[in-house]
Amino acid sequence: MTHFAAVLLFALFASIVFGITQRETPRRMIRYGIYCFVLFAGAAVALSWLMFLIAR
Amino acid sequence: MATAENKNAAAGQGPQPGATQGFVYLPLIAGWLVPGAGHFLLRKWGRGALLAASILGMFGLGLAMQGKLYSNAHDILDILGLAGDLGNGLLYIFSRMLGLGADQVQVTTADYGTRFIVVAGLLNVIAAVDAHNLRTGRKA
Repeated sequence: MTHFAAVLLFALFASIVFGITQRETPRRMIRYGIYCFVLFAGAAVALSWLMFLIAR
Repeated sequence: MATAENKNAAAGQGPQPGATQGFVYLPLIAGWLVPGAGHFLLRKWGRGALLAASILGMFGLGLAMQGKLYSNAHDILDILGLAGDLGNGLLYIFSRMLGLGADQVQVTTADYGTRFIVVAGLLNVIAAVDAHNLRTGRKA
């Protein structure tokens, strides 16, 4: 498993639990879950680029 | 004086009638011991299945990545890791009994696996508290 795949799986599972537990209606659960997933994955990509640029 | 449970029941949002009888902490304890069981007790089948799949998946991936199961608490980080692992309930206990998980982290993915196992435990605690909130009527 690549590191990026591990990040995506982590983001997926955590987002599902956050969505179900932090919102009350199914529609808001799905929206919040997607929001968390995008933030998790987006933050990982952004920080990776930042570290890449710092290391150059 | 109307309780939150009564208000929710009046609005048709509360837990189903059969799910509000019995020991109030049962969904909390069941949800901690077995991922998703708290929601299953409250007849929230879809939510329980998704929570169980997520937590079991994360715990299983952690073990597959040769993650470490904390067994003792020598320093503060070990204590925090052990607390996180204990959130997995019976998963942690059976895994320890079966000797699963690495004793020492030797590869990078094993470090990730260790975090997966700890986070699975923390997510399971959140799910168990959510089941308790559903049981008490604090959440619809």
